[in-house]
Amino acid sequence: MQEETIKKFMYMNRKAPYGTIYALEALEVVLIGAAFDQDVSLAFLDDGVFQLVEGQDTDGIGVKNFSPAFRALGDYDVTKLFVEKESLEERGLSPDDLMELVWEDEDDDWAEKPSIRIVTRDELKSILGDQDVILSF
Amino acid sequence: MKFGVVVNEGPYTHQASDSAYQFTKAALAKGHEITRVFFYHDGVNNGTRLTVPPQDDRNIQKNWTELGKEHDLDLVVCIAAAQRRGILDENEAKRQGKDADNIAEGFRISGLGQLIEAGIMSDRLVTFGD
Amino acid sequence: MSILHTVNKSPFQKDDLKSCLAHANEGDAVLMIEDGVYGAIAGTAASQDISNAKAGVYVLGADLAARGIAQDKVAEGISVVGYDGFVDLATEHSAVNSWL
Repeated sequence: MQEETIKKFMYMNRKAPYGTIYALEALEVVLIGAAFDQDVSLAFLDDGVFQLVEGQDTDGIGVKNFSPAFRALGDYDVTKLFVEKESLEERGLSPDDLMELVWEDEDDDWAEKPSIRIVTRDELKSILGDQDVILSF
Repeated sequence: MKFGVVVNEGPYTHQASDSAYQFTKAALAKGHEITRVFFYHDGVNNGTRLTVPPQDDRNIQKNWTELGKEHDLDLVVCIAAAQRRGILDENEAKRQGKDADNIAEGFRISGLGQLIEAGIMSDRLVTFGD
Repeated sequence: MSILHTVNKSPFQKDDLKSCLAHANEGDAVLMIEDGVYGAIAGTAASQDISNAKAGVYVLGADLAARGIAQDKVAEGISVVGYDGFVDLATEHSAVNSWL
């Protein structure tokens, strides 16, 4: 394995949380994968956008609420979360309904910057076309 | 070319493991290299040696074990997913104080990093799931 | 760079094929496998989306046969391939995106 190889890794998130384990186990891969110093992006489209909704409270279903872990992504240098605008709109959501996720830019005096980037379907299409490895769950 | 294969569903309920097996065989037949087959989510259930399918059906676990033996495949079961679902090797069973293990021959249990590494090492990563 | 997309769900049950086609670039390939092969049948509610696709569209013959779909039922413009063709498509494109 060549250590200097840096690939563009894209994590596809198309499934809602809690109904199935895919969203949680995808996030576990992202957190572990962050140690590998690759060029990491996450795409949230279709029902995947529901993973980022603010105010998740799982007390009543007896399942662990894993949404706070998204807030840790910035500390792991995972700073590119592409959320598809059309997927939000189709589901009656706006960017204001999503958690506020930030990362600190060390090249800019540790300024807090938003990790969530709202992109159109066409923009996401070209981002997807530019990846080396696409992980789906 | 180097292929990594990911299997995200268990045997029998979903076709994913069968499809992954057929794909892997076809890739090997064409002279490609399989860097690793990584079993994640319910896919870890492909790695238990305790399944007993009917005699007239395929034995998915055995298929993988035999293909693995023939081609020296690295069949890796994700440890985090495996622990949730009760797939254990001898070491893990000991470590967790369990009275048995069930990992099948040719499979090994390892961390999620092996999935990322497969993505880095392989020219293509192909995922089969639900 | 181009992508091989795989779709394994029936388009009559799930939106994966629609979403995949909407995110496929020109020069990409879309391969229907498993229950995804139902999307290849000619003259269905899914046909329009496929004929509008800019990507090349393929279907896995073994999954068609398993489901009793004769190859002459496959819509025009969709190529039937075997697992060896699946492998070739994966090598011809620079990454594989499974629409799970």
